Amino acid sequence: MHKILHTNLGRALFFTALGFGLFLASNRIDELRVYQGATLAMFVVAISSLILLTGYSGQVSLGHGAIMAIGAYAAALARIHWGLPVWLCFSAAVVVAAFAGAVLGTAAARLSGPYLAGTTLALAVGLPSIANQFHVLGGEQGLLFDIGQPPSWLGADFTSYKWYFWIGSSACLITLWWLQNILRSRYGRTWRAVRGNEVAAQLCGIHAGKSKTLAFSVSSGLAGLAGALLAMTISTVSPSAFPLSLSFTLLTGAVLSGITTLPGVIIGAVTLVATPEIADAISQRMANSESVTTNLPGLLVSALLILVVLFVPNGPVEQMRMFRVKARSHTKN
Amino acid sequence: MTLVVSDLCVDHGAIRAISGVCFEVGKGQLAAVIGANGAGKTTLLRTLSGLKSTSSGTAFWNGHDLLHAKPEQLVRLGISHVSEGKSVIPELTVEENLNLGALWRSNGAEAPATLIQVLATFPRLAERRSQLADTLSGGERQMLAIGRALMSKPELLLLDEPSLGLAPLVIAQIFQSIRDLTSAMGLTVVLVEQNAMSALKIADIGIVLNLGSVVVSDTAKNLIENPQVRAAYLGY
Amino acid sequence: MYQFINTVLNGITSGAIFSLMAIALVLVWRSTRVINFAQSGMALLSTYIGFECIQRLHSFWIALPLSMIAGAFFAALVDTFFMRVLFRRTADGPISGVAPIIATLGLLGLIRSSLGMIVGNSDASIRPPVSNVGFTVSGHTLAFSPLKLMTLSMVIALMLGLTLVFQRTNLGLALRASAYAPEIARLAGVRVDAIRTIGWALAGAAGAAAGMLQTPNGNGALAPDSLEFNLLLVFGFIAAVIGGLESLVGAVVGGLVLGLFLAFIQYYVSGSLVFIAAFCILIIVLLLKPKGLLGSKAGRRA
Ligand SMILES: Nc1ncnc2c1ncn2[C@@H]1O[C@H](COP(=O)(O)OP(=O)(O)OP(=O)(O)O)[C@@H](O)[C@H]1O
Ligand SMILES: [Mg+2]
Repeated sequence: MHKILHTNLGRALFFTALGFGLFLASNRIDELRVYQGATLAMFVVAISSLILLTGYSGQVSLGHGAIMAIGAYAAALARIHWGLPVWLCFSAAVVVAAFAGAVLGTAAARLSGPYLAGTTLALAVGLPSIANQFHVLGGEQGLLFDIGQPPSWLGADFTSYKWYFWIGSSACLITLWWLQNILRSRYGRTWRAVRGNEVAAQLCGIHAGKSKTLAFSVSSGLAGLAGALLAMTISTVSPSAFPLSLSFTLLTGAVLSGITTLPGVIIGAVTLVATPEIADAISQRMANSESVTTNLPGLLVSALLILVVLFVPNGPVEQMRMFRVKARSHTKN
Repeated sequence: MTLVVSDLCVDHGAIRAISGVCFEVGKGQLAAVIGANGAGKTTLLRTLSGLKSTSSGTAFWNGHDLLHAKPEQLVRLGISHVSEGKSVIPELTVEENLNLGALWRSNGAEAPATLIQVLATFPRLAERRSQLADTLSGGERQMLAIGRALMSKPELLLLDEPSLGLAPLVIAQIFQSIRDLTSAMGLTVVLVEQNAMSALKIADIGIVLNLGSVVVSDTAKNLIENPQVRAAYLGY
Repeated sequence: MYQFINTVLNGITSGAIFSLMAIALVLVWRSTRVINFAQSGMALLSTYIGFECIQRLHSFWIALPLSMIAGAFFAALVDTFFMRVLFRRTADGPISGVAPIIATLGLLGLIRSSLGMIVGNSDASIRPPVSNVGFTVSGHTLAFSPLKLMTLSMVIALMLGLTLVFQRTNLGLALRASAYAPEIARLAGVRVDAIRTIGWALAGAAGAAAGMLQTPNGNGALAPDSLEFNLLLVFGFIAAVIGGLESLVGAVVGGLVLGLFLAFIQYYVSGSLVFIAAFCILIIVLLLKPKGLLGSKAGRRA
């Protein structure tokens, strides 16, 4: 199994098989779960973009929610004004967000940890207000993002939620496959080198600034895609869909996944999707007062974030790997 | 009243910087620790002042364990460490740097008296009291660093390469002050030096370190005359 | 002309409050090299405590110091029982650089949502302790009111007090030494860990004051999910960066510059561009003067 995954063709086949499995699954589960599946796919893409940034280039962004908004608005505008087909709208989201990321990344490359964190935080707070300034962005209500009915050849009982799920999981699988490849490429190695030791990397002839800008830009492109996916599932793009808390939630997801490694991404995404439901269940059992209901998800997410940083700072996947290495060295002795 | 170090081993990760070092310094003695670059001299001092944790061995100062205490606690036992490379704080004035050394002493009343004493020892500092340490020359900074250590009223002074980057004349001056202080205040001094000859000249005993182990330790006089030491460290 | 004067006065007042928040961030940054993203949450908590004090004691003037003490106490607890543990557990390893950022964000979320649960959506508000009706000068009503004058003078008093502590007292010397050169400070006998906690406590008090002054200066309403405190955090951060992140004087200068700049954008360009303008000034400063307007050397000393 592992060997197969280490070849290009193997990985492509693996992701195709996974996609087929998901497609079959979508026929057997109820609508709500299908919808959650679409959200899950969106979170996987968004969290991967953050992991790429933090885990492979050592930068941290508190403003990926804002970059998602950029992608979402790009997709919606392309749809409304040019009536582009859906897949082109998503591509537009990626390109525009990646471009914004490149601009921001140029500044970001010169900033170290806390500076970048603060700057992206300022972006997350500042960006939504632009929607109110420019008429084309639709103000508080935002814009409609309607990706249309599923194609008729999929059958009459193919619901739009299923269609969302389909699009979402395809985008997600393509993203993961592509990420696996790029992280194994020269770029991936460069990023790891820069994260490991910026000075040493520079001495080896790597342009650390360029490499960081590229990482920021690629990460933003993926975030833009996630933004468009989010907009798709809620059919609108508005400032309130991309609040500051979204950026924090994503970061939590990334930390839960193990912010330095990609394979854990599904753990983070599932947790983010599950948290509101768990919170709901708990608050219904408990007080069922409004203040508990609205605040419990936030409380759970923050508590998880803190617990993970304190006790499994490298994430569950890395932790398991370390356990295994330890166990192995024990048996050897 | 002695410093007793025995079987001391210190690691930097996988590198053993000090292995099995033993020596003793009596009260009022000035011990010079000499050795090539990377011999482990700085590591030794950092261990004695609590900045670096040990792997094994013991070190006692007047019966107090040095190896399981923090630097700020050791200062209170009368140990002052002047770390490698002019350990002054450039953003503070000369006077503030000096006062820093006396901050911990609860009866602050004597601090001004100590200040006067230190300024008398290093008159150049007196002229520059309110100047930022950033603007001092290398020699003045070294005086300031030693002065700051003296402000803590130490009984054991650990000096790491006070001659680093200084002109020969200034080195002679600083070494003379160190000798005078030792005698006048009854200080015990461990002086780490590259500049082996100058150090041995003012020292009572000498300890030669190589690759983390003590090669020879003897009275300074004997060491100067020891042909092997002369060949390896004194250059003639 | 009056419009211009009003804009300047408004800018200075709001800038002064940003300065307080910036001071809080700088104090923590200098003592532990952490940007405390939970600072706004801590300020929020202290402001709620201040609000409760006002309810019981009916005096803003007693509530203000009480909330500052509460803020200081809470910050000291956070440093002792949270940050120290965090540093020990993530000292090395791949995420050592980002762990404090993540941890303080988590703390922010925790404070906000627990506060939300406790106080719910009961509406709290802090009424201005003095009138907020503008002074009248030769028939024109200025935007500058007794409240704004009070805010400004409180901020100036606090800043002077802090400066005195830093420049004239032994504690101040220990605080500065631990910030600039912790190792040398330890060798000189300063208990750097304890001093850091005191740095956090001072920051907690400054943040509490910022919250207590900002709330009546805005519309008075206090809510756990208020945007106001997010803005306070972001603007405080920008002000601190403008001032070079190392210096208290820089933080004050940064706050005033930012306050004035935003006031002019608000009155003469557009209200909804204020946030993004703040972001732009941050980017510009970081690209052109990454060490802050004062420059690193001068900045570190002050
Ligand atoms: N922080 C550290 N991490 C890893 N290795 C270290 C560290 N500090 C010192 N070493 C290693 O320990 C050994 C002893 O170093 P130390 O600084 O004690 O030497 P020294 O005798 O003071 O040299 P010099 O005369 O050049 O100052 C060296 O091999 C050095 O590379
Ligand atoms: Mg050395």
